[in-house]
Amino acid sequence: MALLQISEPGQSAAPHQQRLAVGIDLGTTNSLVASVRSGIAETLPDSDGEHLLSSIVRYLADASPVVGAEAKAAATTDPLNTIVSAKRFLGRGVDDIKTLGSRLPYEFVDADSGMPRLKTVAGVISPVEVSAEILKNLKKRAEDSLGGDLTGAVITVPAYFDDAQRQATKDAARLADLNVLRLLNEPTAAAVAYGLDKGSEGIIAVYDLGGGTFDISILRLNKGVFEVLATAGDSALGGDDMDRLIAECIMEQAGISDDADHQQLRRLMKVACDAKEILTDVEKTSFNIELEDGSFWEGEIDREQLHKLVDPLIRKSLIPCRRALSDAGVEKSEVLEVVLVGGSTRVPRVHELVGEFFEATPHSEIDPDRVVAIGASMQADVLVGNKPDSDMLLLDVIPLSLGLEMMGGLSEKIIPRNTTIPVARAQEFTTYKDGQTALAVHVVQGERELVSDCRSLARFELRGIPPMAAGAARIRVTFQVDADGLLSVTAKEQETGVESSVQVKPSYGLSDNEISSMIKDSMEHARDDMDARNLREQQVETDRVVEALQVALDADGDKLLNSEERAELDSAVVKVKEVRDGDDWQKLKEAVAALNRATTEFAARRMNASIQSALAGQSLDSLD
Amino acid sequence: MAITLTNAAAARVKDFLANRGKGEGLRLGVRTSGCSGMAYVIEFADTIDPEDTVFEDNGVKLIVDAKSMVYLDGTEVDFAKEGLNEGFQFKNPNAKDSCGCGESFNV
Repeated sequence: MALLQISEPGQSAAPHQQRLAVGIDLGTTNSLVASVRSGIAETLPDSDGEHLLSSIVRYLADASPVVGAEAKAAATTDPLNTIVSAKRFLGRGVDDIKTLGSRLPYEFVDADSGMPRLKTVAGVISPVEVSAEILKNLKKRAEDSLGGDLTGAVITVPAYFDDAQRQATKDAARLADLNVLRLLNEPTAAAVAYGLDKGSEGIIAVYDLGGGTFDISILRLNKGVFEVLATAGDSALGGDDMDRLIAECIMEQAGISDDADHQQLRRLMKVACDAKEILTDVEKTSFNIELEDGSFWEGEIDREQLHKLVDPLIRKSLIPCRRALSDAGVEKSEVLEVVLVGGSTRVPRVHELVGEFFEATPHSEIDPDRVVAIGASMQADVLVGNKPDSDMLLLDVIPLSLGLEMMGGLSEKIIPRNTTIPVARAQEFTTYKDGQTALAVHVVQGERELVSDCRSLARFELRGIPPMAAGAARIRVTFQVDADGLLSVTAKEQETGVESSVQVKPSYGLSDNEISSMIKDSMEHARDDMDARNLREQQVETDRVVEALQVALDADGDKLLNSEERAELDSAVVKVKEVRDGDDWQKLKEAVAALNRATTEFAARRMNASIQSALAGQSLDSLD
Repeated sequence: MAITLTNAAAARVKDFLANRGKGEGLRLGVRTSGCSGMAYVIEFADTIDPEDTVFEDNGVKLIVDAKSMVYLDGTEVDFAKEGLNEGFQFKNPNAKDSCGCGESFNV
């Protein structure tokens, strides 16, 4: 017998056409899946009642990989085959990963594609495949819980994920046979879970303190659109650091030396973590620790001691907060809402200090471990059409302008930054030389005027343009960014319809800091960039004029010019060429204008000559 | 005859209505579609039409339109769990057979 869920009025699905949708928080440490059932968004537990799935996959020689707690248990005994934190490698190049830290226990294999692969007993595995195993596990859980096949999923990604990392996440979903409705930024999902998308427009700060990482995102809600203004964080700050400090304090009191064995240390971390959690609700807690000599040591810790220990850590997290605010160009007082995400924000002191910093009471009503998945599931519910009139359609914006390289190494922006996506923009281009049959398209990202200062995303060629005079061909270049921020660029010659395109999957990522520094650079270099652009434009124009003149001189120079005139033009060209390689665009402009004036007479004679030759032998009557 | 809710179902419906923040009650009905003729409809109700029949059971208003009434009379709605899955079930004395999955039925 089917188990039915309550629908919104008029939204009942036909039998076997239930639109089951989930939100997935694919985390570095833990992952979750949530769904809206009978109007309530909640995370789905597994058969043991656990909501969190450890994002850990263990590969076995002769069985399918295991995911979650079972894999976690083997992390220390079988580190080479147990992949932890695969999300950190998603969409990254091998070089990027080397800089992540030399302490990674995995054996990386250099592949041709530049994608890092890990050697395990089950063969060579890519981070995408590891993530796919986690998604498969959650998909299975969702289908068992919801009683049917999933129509689609919304998967969350960090706001600072670049196109390559987003594409890798989508690839993982495809491997897991999941239909991705869209990718959603984690802070945006958290804001959605609190219904802030329906609230008043303004600035929202999302403070995400997890086990090992800290992220702060400053969002702006504007006409139903969440725009990520700035992100900052600390990839080595989290609840684990709190536990470590508490553990160190206990060790000092109990007289346990620093070189205690691993097992003892792990037990201490557990005691510390438990104490931290207990102190969320009570003022004081005690604990028992077995010492090396077999005796027991009893200690206690109260909330005040805890505060003393963790305060420096929490204050450390406020530095990126300040930076994010200044990057976003907003004042603390402009922040309307603060949302807490991540298990470590349960520590009451975090709530207190973050509230103090932003001078607002942070939202923490929804379980901070689950809030991102819950927001994603609410979005998924809308996207599959379970809500009457698309209650919300969240839009995101592109963080950096997308454009093309033009002649002279200039960047032409096709889609300016902060444009809401999905978006498609087209622009027509033409050929530069007579008889040009191919066009190289170089797609770049960034705010600067010169391509060399922007980030190269992709290159492709459009071939098969019919030979025409320079400027006659019409080539339409379309930039399309889908709802997930993935870019496809198509170039189409309008006459013949030949086209060529590229899907951008850049192999190297940009961090949020790089994005903001790219934007900042473009502001600082605005004046230089303008000069550089003018110079390049003038140089391109110079080359065009000089080349055209050279062609004309070769053809008619001897016929129409006496040696004196010819020498004058030649020297004008030499002079222009000299100025061309300088860096004063205004001087160059004047030189080109002078050259144009000098050639006026020659051009007129050529015109006359060609008319004469066209008219030779024709009677006046035949011209009527 | 009437249409009733089990205690378990009533408790869940109350939760869901409270969470939704609005709604008169629960609309139950049938639609002609599905692999075996008829399909159940279970929705939040924001309005009650003049031709609707309203039952009140366990503190929840059950709203049924006149056309569906003939198919649903005597039905008890339950909330059940099967493994990880959970949801509402119609125990309908009028249903002669239903498709394998139970999403649609025949009278």
